[in-house]
Amino acid sequence: MAMRQCAIYGKGGIGKSTTTQNLVAGLAELGKKVMIVGCDPKADSTRLILHAKAQNTIMQMAADAGSVEDLELEDVLKVGYGNIKCVESGGPEPGVGCAGRGVITAINFLEEEGAYEDDLDFVFYDVLGDVVCGGFAMPIRENKAQEIYIVVSGEMMAMFAANNIAKGIVKYASSGGVRLAGLICNSRNTAREDELITELARQLGTQMIHFVPRDNVVQRAEIRRMTVIEYDPKAKQADEYRTLAQKIVDNKMFVIPTPITMDALEDLLMDFGLMDGEDESIVGKTAAEELAA
Amino acid sequence: MSALTREETQALIQEVLEVYPEKAKKDRAKHLAVNDPSVEQSKKCIISNRKSLPGVMTIRGCAYAGSKGVVWGPIKDMIHISHGPVGCGQYSRAGRRNYYVGHTGVNTFGTMNFTSDFQEKDIVFGGDKKLDKLITEIEGLFPLSKGLSIQSECPIGLIGDDIEAVAKKKSKELDKPIVPVRCEGFRGVSQSLGHHIANDSIRDWVIGNRDGDHAFQAGPYDVAVIGDYNIGGDAWSSRILLEEMGLRVVAQWSGDGTLSEMELTPKVKLNLIHCYRSMNYISRHMEEKYGIPWMEYNFFGPTKIAESLRRIAAFFDETIQANAERVIDKYRAEYEAVIAKYRPRLEGRRVMLYVGGLRPRHVIGAYEDLGMEVVGTGYEFAHNDDYDRTMKEMGNATLLYDDITGYEFEEFVKKVKPDLVGSGIKEKYIFQKMGIPFRQMHSWDYSGPYHGYDGFAIFARDMDMTINNPCWRTMQAPWQQSAEGEAQTMAASA
Repeated sequence: MAMRQCAIYGKGGIGKSTTTQNLVAGLAELGKKVMIVGCDPKADSTRLILHAKAQNTIMQMAADAGSVEDLELEDVLKVGYGNIKCVESGGPEPGVGCAGRGVITAINFLEEEGAYEDDLDFVFYDVLGDVVCGGFAMPIRENKAQEIYIVVSGEMMAMFAANNIAKGIVKYASSGGVRLAGLICNSRNTAREDELITELARQLGTQMIHFVPRDNVVQRAEIRRMTVIEYDPKAKQADEYRTLAQKIVDNKMFVIPTPITMDALEDLLMDFGLMDGEDESIVGKTAAEELAA
Repeated sequence: MSALTREETQALIQEVLEVYPEKAKKDRAKHLAVNDPSVEQSKKCIISNRKSLPGVMTIRGCAYAGSKGVVWGPIKDMIHISHGPVGCGQYSRAGRRNYYVGHTGVNTFGTMNFTSDFQEKDIVFGGDKKLDKLITEIEGLFPLSKGLSIQSECPIGLIGDDIEAVAKKKSKELDKPIVPVRCEGFRGVSQSLGHHIANDSIRDWVIGNRDGDHAFQAGPYDVAVIGDYNIGGDAWSSRILLEEMGLRVVAQWSGDGTLSEMELTPKVKLNLIHCYRSMNYISRHMEEKYGIPWMEYNFFGPTKIAESLRRIAAFFDETIQANAERVIDKYRAEYEAVIAKYRPRLEGRRVMLYVGGLRPRHVIGAYEDLGMEVVGTGYEFAHNDDYDRTMKEMGNATLLYDDITGYEFEEFVKKVKPDLVGSGIKEKYIFQKMGIPFRQMHSWDYSGPYHGYDGFAIFARDMDMTINNPCWRTMQAPWQQSAEGEAQTMAASA
């Protein structure tokens, strides 16, 4: 089977890294050879696989060694649970330098060093929440990730973000082969969440590939820097991730998304009671003015 | 060929514009004009300081070029760090021939290239730490530098490095001025914004440095030369005339200039501006803050020199005014001899110019002193106040062209058939291959100085040896020459 490259996007704090590592653990259980490429300066995309606080990153090691040309693949590529290969692009501390350039440099390095040539089944890119510049779109440019999964929940801002990411995918879909492969609902226990995300997926022209319920075992595992599958293989939540992994293996639904307008998104939220109908008469009115009226 | 009429010149512009698509034609039409010296405001007929169109060959530079290359670079006792990847610093190193005296590498640094040589990791992690370290190393190696400037290249602005914080910290540490300059190349439409940014950084970090310090003994005849970059020694041949008329030149901005000269400039009585475009900003600032008047002058050719010396003298007392006359008299025999020698060889020759800064208007007088006529002129990066000044200097129905494209320039030259083209190094070989004598008028074609009476003699010689060079008679292969032409060549070589 040809190597499949997948990128995980979604609003910041939605649980991209946790979901990615848990589902990758599920893929490893299925006997798949997987690599995770963390594309976030925080470098926390591989800690549950490696049981590490934070992996040494490509950019940090390159800076220490002089330049990226001074690095060898084995310096940066670590192997963790289930023979999952892990790399972190890394980048600067907040407020300095250019994190986007760090992602570009790191991915170019991996390609040149042949990290992708080793009969892998899957590569997962775990990307910083907001695609703030070209660097964070690097994983979905030509010859990189073909499938994008968006992690979302039933919260309004998460759905806004998902729709925005879909817009970005449309841009790259026309210049390359990248497709939206589905929404992963990481439940926040909001009302009618599965129906809502199913409906959002339908309107975006894609599917809700799996509904991952909320379960505290995820946090318990995380404190131990482990995935649920490794920490408690018999937990019900472990089966959820296994199911998600199997669904991704079987997934054939790759689409160019049809992002919806702001109005349509607001209508959807209103239908599900997440937002009140817009009342033009209150726009721009302070509390004091409303009281006086 | 006789001079073109207004209608003919207008028709020529139309003809050249004809090949452009509609949108480009409309845009470029605004940058080309037939001169009318009676028009007071150039904005009625020409537009300038706009973004160049993609796809045309423009001759412009960038903001970094304007700051590091023009304004800051010649300050000889400071070290100017080209902050960013290595190329900007290396390819702008010493190319402008800003002459200076001093021991390079000891107390002066004009022709050296200091760069932070950005690598990938500096982009990703930011370059502030490297800049800090670099400044410490510079101080260790070149302790006699009087200060430093940090000239930002493009990536500095893109990644948002805080060079101001580094400058403040290191300035305190080393106890010398360190000036951060935000002259990233992508800012503005040409080098012109770089001049402005550099002027502003001088205003913010240098001009007020000695405000409370009265150690300097100011005199009644103190002046500063502003906007003379001492190309080929220009400022030196200007300075002697000012000194001979009894003025004290406190500062040269910035050719052969120093940091302390800049700091002392607010104490002078009058600022004399040669290159208005690149340094009017700081002159206006000193006028506002210190009440120092400024005036533009022109030291190209004896007519303009005499005019300028008298106007400068008019700012001072009768002694200086009498001295000005004495200076003009002193050099009269010399410049008349130059004119007597070269004017007969150059009389009636027609010139087209395309340069930057002050030259497209300032050298007109020098050509006219030699009996030559400037029939077309234009600027790379002028604003409309430059064209206001130019239109008065140029003859009626001559050509004006702003940010000219390679195509337009070639077509104009083909049609106007000037005897000399004066422009930059990229244009030089094109026109020479077209068989047209050419002078590189940015750095005087490795000659100079051209300012002052001394410079005029060199200017006249250079124009003569270019226009009357025997090589132009051999442009046509012998088998292509008519029998008549052949006879002439034979006669000439005999």
